Amino acid sequence: MPAVTETRETVEKLAKSSYEWGFETDIEMDIAPKGLNEETVRLISARKEEPEWMLEWRLKAFRMWLEMKEPEWAKVSHPPIDYQDAHYFAQPKKKPGPKSLDEVDPELLKTYAKLGIPLHEQALLAGVEGADEQKRMPVAVDAVFDSVSVATTFRKTLEEAGVIFCPISEAIREHSDLVKQYLGSVVPAGDNFFAALNSAVFTDGSFVYVPKGVRCPMELSTYFRINARNTGQFERTLIIVEERASVSYLEGCTAPQRDENQLHAAVVELIAMDDASIKYSTVQNWYPGDDEGRGGIYNFVTKRGACRGARSKISWTQVETGSSITWKYPSCVLAGEGSVGEFYSVAVTNNHQQADTGTKMIHLAPNTRSTIIAKTISAGKSDSTYRGLVRMQPKARNARNFTQCDSLLIGDQCGAHTVPYIESRNMTARIEHEATTSKISEDQLFYCRSRGLSEEDAVGLIVNGFCREVLKELPMEFAVEAQKLLQISLEGSVG
Amino acid sequence: MSDFLKIQGLEARIDADGTPKEILKGIDLEIPKGEIHAIMGPNGSGKSTLSYVLSGREDYEVTGGSATFKGEDLLALEPEERAALGMFLAFQSPVELPGVNNANFLRTAVNAVRRARGEDELDAVAFLKAVRAETKRLSMSDEMLKRAVNVGFSGGEKKRNEVLQMRLLQPSFAILDETDSGLDIDALRIVADGVNSLRGPDFSALVITHHQRLLDYIVPDRVHVMAKGKIIYSGGPEVAKTLEKQGYTQFLEAAA
Repeated sequence: MPAVTETRETVEKLAKSSYEWGFETDIEMDIAPKGLNEETVRLISARKEEPEWMLEWRLKAFRMWLEMKEPEWAKVSHPPIDYQDAHYFAQPKKKPGPKSLDEVDPELLKTYAKLGIPLHEQALLAGVEGADEQKRMPVAVDAVFDSVSVATTFRKTLEEAGVIFCPISEAIREHSDLVKQYLGSVVPAGDNFFAALNSAVFTDGSFVYVPKGVRCPMELSTYFRINARNTGQFERTLIIVEERASVSYLEGCTAPQRDENQLHAAVVELIAMDDASIKYSTVQNWYPGDDEGRGGIYNFVTKRGACRGARSKISWTQVETGSSITWKYPSCVLAGEGSVGEFYSVAVTNNHQQADTGTKMIHLAPNTRSTIIAKTISAGKSDSTYRGLVRMQPKARNARNFTQCDSLLIGDQCGAHTVPYIESRNMTARIEHEATTSKISEDQLFYCRSRGLSEEDAVGLIVNGFCREVLKELPMEFAVEAQKLLQISLEGSVG
Repeated sequence: MSDFLKIQGLEARIDADGTPKEILKGIDLEIPKGEIHAIMGPNGSGKSTLSYVLSGREDYEVTGGSATFKGEDLLALEPEERAALGMFLAFQSPVELPGVNNANFLRTAVNAVRRARGEDELDAVAFLKAVRAETKRLSMSDEMLKRAVNVGFSGGEKKRNEVLQMRLLQPSFAILDETDSGLDIDALRIVADGVNSLRGPDFSALVITHHQRLLDYIVPDRVHVMAKGKIIYSGGPEVAKTLEKQGYTQFLEAAA
């Protein structure tokens, strides 16, 4: 049998390896009735004990959303989403509120374990705060379980540094002025259909504030996970980093196996002042659907960072392996002179997954620089599109951009597309774009196998090599996880 | 005679744009333990095909005959199983693996093979020690370990990298497919030394070459002349010298 056929068959066989992290946790839930109307918005706001201005903000967003249409320009297709056929609020029934980790439902901790949250972080979640805090890895976890943050660790160390890291619902109550000032200032409520929806009904997410001159003493980490049937997830994250301050934020998620498609429409806003820097890393592994693409997560995300200050820097790194549909363009608005935007991305699609992802680099100020490194891996019958915009505005003197898009195809039934949009309104700006498309060759596989590597290991090695430039941008402990994840998705993707 | 490597009536073909093309037309060859054999022959005689079929490349379809290695049916094994069993192929054109760190690749391969052979894996320190000793012997710079596998390597560097892999994987049977091509005389000496120092009762090799030159450095126990998919003549090391002087014509005519 010709080798190509055999490889394809191997690929298909491997592709059937089921989603390793598909399971559900049995926890009592408090669920709002299905449906979306002003009452739903009011209910969410009331349950969250929000101030009046927040409710007004939500209602305004909801009214905008009613007037908007779902975007159709992305290269993805799916049956129409019935927005009335979902719950917009679900939270685990809880005792008055876990004041310490001992009160956290053991089921939750088990879930974290299954999710493969690194051991040291599990220890943080399960263990007692205090005594041996110093010995552990400096990672703070704000765990979002369905819509409610149930455990936040390392609050004390962060507080000493003046860093605020808490659920956004708490920030709305306790840091109302900050939230009011910045919420929606990067992604306005009416920015797009999904952002408007999120603004109306977001239930939780993280809030980070790093004051002037403070280097956040640890990496901040949030694990997202969808757990209730039919509940959309509308996370909202807001990160504000003041002058000369910096933070590294990690976001990762997996989801349990289920039948109905689930909508996930998060909004992330980042704000960096003079000489501030924000590093935002994501490993995304939502349930991708079965072999036929049924039941996976729809991931429609708006992520945007504003480099408001001079010489500020925002760096997005993402490893996207999950979801049935991914629609996501982490972007940077480079408004501060000499500010820097970076986007490093690995997107893996397999089976019937669809991904339309990329970035936008909007250069407003002189001497701004941006780098885009996008790696796309397509296998099975999946379709993957890189869509990126680089825009040089008239004032962006001597601005520079470098873009590199590489696609790796596995098998002959998948697609990879690169759609760069380049707009320059300044003669001194410089824009470079490079793109390649390649396949894992039989030569490469045979070479590795003749050295004793299994086909799976060979593909893992080649794919990790292909993604190296992006993976090296991830924080150490995340990089290991990401490599493992690539290997797992590729057991299901090529191998 | 041992049953180390035994090939009988081996026939193989490749799919050439939809038409099957017979390349190996009945190869008989035995290589006993501890011997180094050479195969010489004109272009297109099937030398490289033989090396690919023996190491398990899937583009070739075996249509007849058999091959056993250490008593096992070689043709039934996956390439990685053949490697674990002790077979190694030094490629004529080593393949590039962009982004894959050479040291990491070597270590992954070494440990995969060690695992399969029931040996302990080497940790980073032990591996580094082993690899440093070998790069020194082969006059390779440490820098080559940091680069991506074969990417941007010169012809000579690629061949040395093949020999480096061979030495680290410790095969009991190595096929060297035109390892001498593209090597200057100094590199040829180094590579030959890399092979010769493995010589012993537990190491056999099949050296495929066009030129007698390599066989001045790696002196074979037997030389086989291959043409049109068959071995048409076998003899001692002197055959290489005869070939160098008189060409293939007389062998071809004798076989016709």
